[in-house]
This record gives sequence, C-alpha cells and structure tokens, in this order.
Amino acid sequence: MQIKSPEFKENARIALKDVGLQKALGNLKAGFPEKRAIAVQRMPEFHDMRDEARDLKNHILENLDIYLEQFESKVTENGGHVHWCRTSDDARKTILDICQQVDAKTVTKGKSMVSEEINLNEYLEENGVQPIETDLGEYILQLRNDHPSHIIAPAIHLNLEDVSEAFHEHHKKPKSDDPAVLMQEAREELRTKFVNADVGITGANFLVAETGSTIIVTNEGNGDLTQTLPKTHIVITSIEKVVPTLEDMTLFLRLLARSATGQEFTVYNTLSTGPRREGDADGPDNFHVVLVDNGRSDMVGGELHDMLRCIRCSACMNHCPVYGAVGGHAYGWVYPGPMGSVLTPQMVGIEKAGNLPNASTFCGKCEEVCPVRIPLPKLMRHWRTNEFEKHLSPKAVRWGIAGWGFFAKRPKLYRQMSNTSNWFMRTMAGKKGRINSLPLAGGWTDFRDMPAPSGKTFMQQWQKKQGDKS
Amino acid sequence: MSKAEIMGNIRRGLRRGEANEAQRAAVHNRLNAKANNLVPKRAQLPHAEQVALFKSMALEAAAEIIELSEHSEVPQAVADWLHVNQIKELVSASDAVLNEMDWSPLGDIQRVERVAQAGDMASLTTTFAGIAETGTLMLHSRGESPTTLNFLPDIHLAILHRSTIVGPYEDAWKMIREAFGNKLPRTINMVTGPSRSADIEQKLQMGAHGPRTLVILLIND
Ligand code: SF4
Repeated sequence: MQIKSPEFKENARIALKDVGLQKALGNLKAGFPEKRAIAVQRMPEFHDMRDEARDLKNHILENLDIYLEQFESKVTENGGHVHWCRTSDDARKTILDICQQVDAKTVTKGKSMVSEEINLNEYLEENGVQPIETDLGEYILQLRNDHPSHIIAPAIHLNLEDVSEAFHEHHKKPKSDDPAVLMQEAREELRTKFVNADVGITGANFLVAETGSTIIVTNEGNGDLTQTLPKTHIVITSIEKVVPTLEDMTLFLRLLARSATGQEFTVYNTLSTGPRREGDADGPDNFHVVLVDNGRSDMVGGELHDMLRCIRCSACMNHCPVYGAVGGHAYGWVYPGPMGSVLTPQMVGIEKAGNLPNASTFCGKCEEVCPVRIPLPKLMRHWRTNEFEKHLSPKAVRWGIAGWGFFAKRPKLYRQMSNTSNWFMRTMAGKKGRINSLPLAGGWTDFRDMPAPSGKTFMQQWQKKQGDKS
Repeated sequence: MSKAEIMGNIRRGLRRGEANEAQRAAVHNRLNAKANNLVPKRAQLPHAEQVALFKSMALEAAAEIIELSEHSEVPQAVADWLHVNQIKELVSASDAVLNEMDWSPLGDIQRVERVAQAGDMASLTTTFAGIAETGTLMLHSRGESPTTLNFLPDIHLAILHRSTIVGPYEDAWKMIREAFGNKLPRTINMVTGPSRSADIEQKLQMGAHGPRTLVILLIND
C-alpha cells in the first residue's frame, strides 16, 4: 500500500465532504462502542483483567527473546518451520519462496493486517501467484482494488450500493441490494477457491510459547477453511504476539472479543499446532510460521515500548472522534486511528507520517478503552515532540507556537492579548454563543462551530478567586 | 541472519545480553506452572448451573439445542432433523461411539464417513468439551473426525455429553492436557454458534463461510 500519510489534512478534508463515507461511518458509531459497553458491563472482572493483561504483556516483553525461542522450538518439535524476517522484504520473499516450492498457482488468504503491512498481495501477483482474500470484507475490497480502512471491519467505509455494484460486475449475476443474497454469492464464489487453493495464508492473533501453537479468531469461518483445505499453511504474524501459556492466551481472548465487537466470544477460535499428524484425515502437510519484525524490535525498551502490548482489537479507533469523522483511509497507511498514529511513524518514518500524531483531540477516550491500557495520548505526544524537534512541523504550527511562546514569556502582554481575544470571540459569537466562521480558523469552522469563551479568562477568574480568599 | 538481528535488537532494547540462567528459569517456571489468571465468577458454578449457563450462552450465540436423555436417541433425533430440513445425505465422523449406534432411523438418508467436500449439506461429529462461560464447543483433529466436517458443510450437528461441560476455558485446558500431555492435536477448534459476518454495512448476517446452522445434540446422561 502506498503511503499517503503526509496528505492527512487533505485526505481528511475530502473525507469530511464524502457523503457516502460519512453515511458508512455512521454505522460504526452506532455499532461497536455500544456493543462493547454492554459486554463490559456483563463481565464485572473486565477492568481487573485489563490490569492483568497489561502486566502480563509487560512481563512477556521483558522476556521476549526467551519466549520467542521457546515458541520456535515447540513449532519445530511439532514438525513446523519458523522463519524470522527482519523486514517486509524478507517476509515477502520468504512467503513467495514457500509458495514456489510447492508450485502454487493460487493462495487463499484469511484476514491479516501484517500481510497488508508488507504489501503481500501485490508482490505475489507480480510473481505469478494469485492471492484470493476470503474474509468477506477483504474479498469486497480485493474486487474493488481497495484497501482496508479498519483493522477488524476492513470494508467499513463502503455502503451496500458499493458492494452490490462490485459483485454485479465480477459475479455476472443480477444486481441485488439484499446483504443476505450478496453474502450467499460470495459464499458460492469462494467455495471452489477454498478447495482448489495450493496454499492457505492466515494471520495469528496470538502465538502460544508453551505449545508452539498459533491461534486465529474469526466470525466467518473463512480462516479455518483457508488453513485446513490447502496442502500448505503459512501463518504470517509478528514477534510481539507471543504469550506464555494457554491460560494466558485465554485472558487475552476474553478481552479481545469484548473490546473488538462486543461479543462474548468470537465464533471460531482455532489453534494450529504443526502440520497434519499421522492418521489425520485432513489438514495441511506443511506448516510455516513467518515471524515479522518490521521495526518492532526497535521499539523494545524505547519510548514506544508500551505500544508493543497492542492486541489489535480496534477499540481505540472505534471510540476515536477523529477516526469517526474522517475514517481510516485518511490516515494514509495500513493502521488507522490512535494506534495507527503511534505505529505508522515508527514503521514508515516520522518524515512521512508526522501529521498523524496531530490527528488527535487528545480527549483520552482511546486510553480509557484500550484493553491493555496503552497510554496512547502520551505516545502520540512523544511523536509530536519528536516531529517538532526535527523541525518537521509545518511553518504555521512552528510560528504559532513561537508566537505563543513570545507572549507567554511576557505575562502582562499575554493578559492583555487574551482579554482582547476573549472579548473579540464573544462579540463574534453573539447570543447563540457559537462562532460559525472565524478568520484563520476555517479548518475548524467549516465543519463545526467554535464555542465562544464562556466568560472571563482564566487569569481574570484566578485573580478574582485570590481576591475573594483574602 | 534475520533471527540474530531481531534477537540482538530485542536484547539491546532490554539493556542486557542473552538471558541468564535465572531469567530463563523464571520463564520456564511460569510456563510449567500453567497457572490460571483471573477466572470470571460467572463460570465458577456447581455443575448443574454450568449446564444451564452453557445452554443459555449457546442459544444466545444462535446455536440450536436438542436435548436427549441418552446416547441411543441420537440416530432418531438426527433423522428427524434431517427429514424436516429435507436433507438426503449426512457426512459423519467415524468414532466408535457413532459406528456402534443403530442408524436404521435414517431410512433413505445416506450416512457416509469421509472428509467434507464443497456442496455437502450436513455433518455429524462428537465434541471434546462444552465451555459454559460462553456456550462454546471444543473439538480437535484426529483420524476419526476430519476437521473439514466442522467448517465446510452448511449444517453442523454436534453431539455433546452433559458430563463434558465445564465452567471456564481453564478447565477445558486441563482436560486437554490430561488427554494429550504437552503435544496438542494439530488443531483445536472452539466453536460458539454458527458462522456470521457484519462486513456489509455492519449488519449481522448469518452463514458466511462456515456452517449456517449449528445443532447441538445435548445428551443429559
Ligand atoms: S491500542 Fe489498545 S485499543 Fe487500540 S487496537 Fe491496540 S489494544 Fe486495541
């Protein structure tokens, strides 16, 4: 996927005016947050589990090398192979290599954000291997030559009409606007593809060190068909997903479903441990785990260390007012929302993604809902500082801050200024107390009103308080 | 080469070299202890209540439940269900318990033992355990029970014995370890209700790629 993060502001401007997108985003706001709230309420221990999960992840990261070694040795013991890949390029080549070894023509794929991260589909296609996305959302996107805009609901930016059109064009069937009919079409189209694929590629939500197992979590069952039917199963995953035991995995599964879709449990939770055993009637003959680093090991022990706890539940974006307003594509790369604003600069470089950590109102909702208690606002602030220090922020911002600094160091002048602007804004707002157009702030007032200051400035109130006391 | 680089990077980040003996021992102790984390109170119940919880959670997840008082009632129940739904073939696992049953109630419905194929309408399997906490079935791969039976057909009929219902997942892991030691079967499937997707406009539709219908034959023995 091409990196379009530098254009965040322009992307956002377009997104806010995109009627279809705005309609689709309404579905998000009406869905996930409410379902999560209900699920959390039904599990009185939920917040204690979050503490446990945070501490457990910290323990894992402190011992990450040991757990990864243990995982690898168990996979090998069970007849599988682990491939360590430092970069996207290493991972793509490794996967293509495995495909070519078994002379693969088509590859079915379960949903995997890591595969998006390394641009796997394009690479396989260029090299004569046809990838087929099987998750319904991903399948729709593949037909449309599109990319996911959300980490668990990839096609959330589309409306029924878009799906109906894409299916009509590709399936050559009468056009339908019934979601049930469309899903049935996809089911039929993909049936033979599942059965005929040479290789199945899935992601993994967790890797269990104790047993050398990988686990996927899906509602559709596509991941299971993908990993059961072809002769070769490749798991593409990343190094921070390892957990110690099955009990530890269970803790995370309890948090994941509730934080993500608000389900008590996802429909299919499937462990894979090595290839088919002697006497098994089906299952793959070859089992490969491609462990991708792609910048993660550089985060260990650094400012972004806490981000490695992320279990990719999507709660932070589901509750983010900025994501809710502009959708995932505006963020310009694979990971959107608050978690993406932290990860993208790390993975593609702050020069290309400096706008993202600014795409936040710092309302704190993301941290409030994060199941592993990642201090997302703090991590975004880290990038902001970093960007500023590297002189990457736009001139307007730098001058603005420099100008504020000038006044802030001169208290008398500062007070005069804020009194004047307070008066000015209240005058602009008139009786309704809201300003619908403000010089130099069109970016704000084009899409919402600016509330006017409600009375005296902070300094005026403070002085009055002090006066009242004495 | 990648591995050394990744490991080196991790250790540099942790400000240490290769882990020392004490660190390794601490990790191995944790792995061997297989200790529980917080187990939800909801799942810690007397067995009868676990069964009730299993039923209500499985129904909530849109599974169907048919209750039977003993094993021998399975063929008739399966035959009735297939007749009502006008299904002519049943792809079945080949466990001894299934083979020993008297399948004459099936009449002209074919019962075949094989892996599932595209187009199969209904499958029948046994299960390893039921998890009350979320109404979840646990199955695992083995020669007698092809994994495709759990995912490819339109309808999955699954036999569950009341005695194998446990409260939380933790208890199911104990059963798994008792049965398999530390070498797990190739796959363990946890199934909670039939397949679904909300990928079109976030509206839930049942029956995406896995079974559209999950029928649990609960034997109250
Ligand atoms: S940062 Fe937290 S809330 Fe966001 S996806 Fe990761 S785990 Fe979920």
